[in-house]
Amino acid sequence: MNGLQVIHLTPLCQLQDLGRRGWQVQGVTRSGAMDRFNLRVANALVGNHLGTACLEFALTGGEFKVSAHSLRIAFAGEFELTINGAAQPCFVSHRLCRGDVLTVGTPRRGVRGYLAVAGGFACKPELGSCSTHSRSGIGGFGDRLRAGGELPTQLNAVAHGLERSLRPALRRPLSREIRVVRGPQDEHFTAMGLQTFFKSQYTVAQDSDRMGLRLEGPSIEHAGDGNIISDPVLPGSIQVPAAGQPIVLMADGPTTGGYPKIATVASVDLAALAQLAPGDPLQFIEISVADAQSLLIAEESFFSSIEMRLDRF
Amino acid sequence: MQPPTIKPVSDSALLLEFENKIDRSTNQQVLAVQRRLAGDALDGVVEIVPSYRSLLIHYDCTQIGLERLQNSLLELLASYSAEQETQRLWRVPVCYGGDAGCDLDEVAGLHELDTNEVIRLHSTAEFRIYMIGFAPGWCYLGGLPEALHTPRLESPRLRVPRGCIPIGGQQGLIGALPMPSGWRLLGQTPVRSYMPGREPAFLFAPGDEIRFYAIDAKEYASLDKAAERGELLIEAETL
Repeated sequence: MNGLQVIHLTPLCQLQDLGRRGWQVQGVTRSGAMDRFNLRVANALVGNHLGTACLEFALTGGEFKVSAHSLRIAFAGEFELTINGAAQPCFVSHRLCRGDVLTVGTPRRGVRGYLAVAGGFACKPELGSCSTHSRSGIGGFGDRLRAGGELPTQLNAVAHGLERSLRPALRRPLSREIRVVRGPQDEHFTAMGLQTFFKSQYTVAQDSDRMGLRLEGPSIEHAGDGNIISDPVLPGSIQVPAAGQPIVLMADGPTTGGYPKIATVASVDLAALAQLAPGDPLQFIEISVADAQSLLIAEESFFSSIEMRLDRF
Repeated sequence: MQPPTIKPVSDSALLLEFENKIDRSTNQQVLAVQRRLAGDALDGVVEIVPSYRSLLIHYDCTQIGLERLQNSLLELLASYSAEQETQRLWRVPVCYGGDAGCDLDEVAGLHELDTNEVIRLHSTAEFRIYMIGFAPGWCYLGGLPEALHTPRLESPRLRVPRGCIPIGGQQGLIGALPMPSGWRLLGQTPVRSYMPGREPAFLFAPGDEIRFYAIDAKEYASLDKAAERGELLIEAETL
């Protein structure tokens, strides 16, 4: 099979799509891209369905040699990118030929970036998705993602044609102000605890990953003992264990948890969280459910017409 | 039935909270509402996740508004009557003790019981799966006899074996793939609650009744081989 051959790669690189739905009742995590905005942008740039699986990179990159006759690729995220040693822009599609070397470097800003190939990678979905959940051994490319591994693509050749780009004004800006909706267990905190949460600055801790961002900052006061009967959680749930330091659950978070949840991140701001690195500060801003839904509806409408918004050259 | 509280969870989910306790009838209500909702297949409802005493309904707000969804739920809850649930019972073999049940003696010691008495209590208890969560196929069980209520370990183990059968607090558990856990390990089952690639990949469901029975290491080894080939090993009885 032809596609991309791995020359070297960070273990933090994984195949992700928009995640796995319908299996949480069996304890299976949703997974999927941490930054769903940029995953969809990468796919749009190469003309894919927006939910096609891409390679997700976090903080570090990798190097690939094209083994297909020709491929069209795009990278969404602000990373150093080179083709055969020459610097190339992100958020632009590129046509590559057999033998070309594509290097994904480190991020210039943010943390995560997405490599899409036109037609998508050839990967068998597991439980309805190609997303990798490494802890439970579900989905993805497994041990192909190491030096010498071959990542097969659906297409072996792509025609010459117009390339596409997304202009900076339409890209998602990085943000350290994270909009959240209060609850569902805000009654488990004192008025003082809620005030601490909304007025303080928190810092992303070192041991943050795809499961969740651990935050450090002023301790949040509980009204009770900091435990609840375990209930379902979702990406964006902000749990506060007894010690009072919040944890924002992310794409690979568990399906259930036993800590009260003070607030839940607006879906559109999960992408902003995905771009925060350990040490970065952030502040939570309270919005209403209606506001969070307006933001989400606006984002979905942006993606339903993204074809028309891309520049072609 | 006391009607559940409906709480919006950000822009894409609603949480239905029933009575704040771990018991059979509360959990039966949760699962009855889940079945009813799944049967109604409301437009825009993406996924329904039950737990001990609550139900999380994921929805797509570009397809259904919050108010309309809330109204549909209220209508459903008003017209709902707790139907009898069809229950399944599984008899699950467990090899108690050994490396995969390395806390058996300590649990016996903590409760000043004979090891055999711990096994007898655990294998005669009437367990129910209240929730499957945390990791694929991990079944949380209610029904642990009070004599076996045991605090969890102070610091969790980084990896507990596949198919482990631990207890923690007031609950029992059926483990699936190896995971970190702070629960006390009593034994191991050759039955795969979850096995990727097998049909069906998942064996159990919330609401199922579980009874354990003891097997020896030799039986374990032969059943384990059969399970590895993809055999289910056990069949559900309908109650």
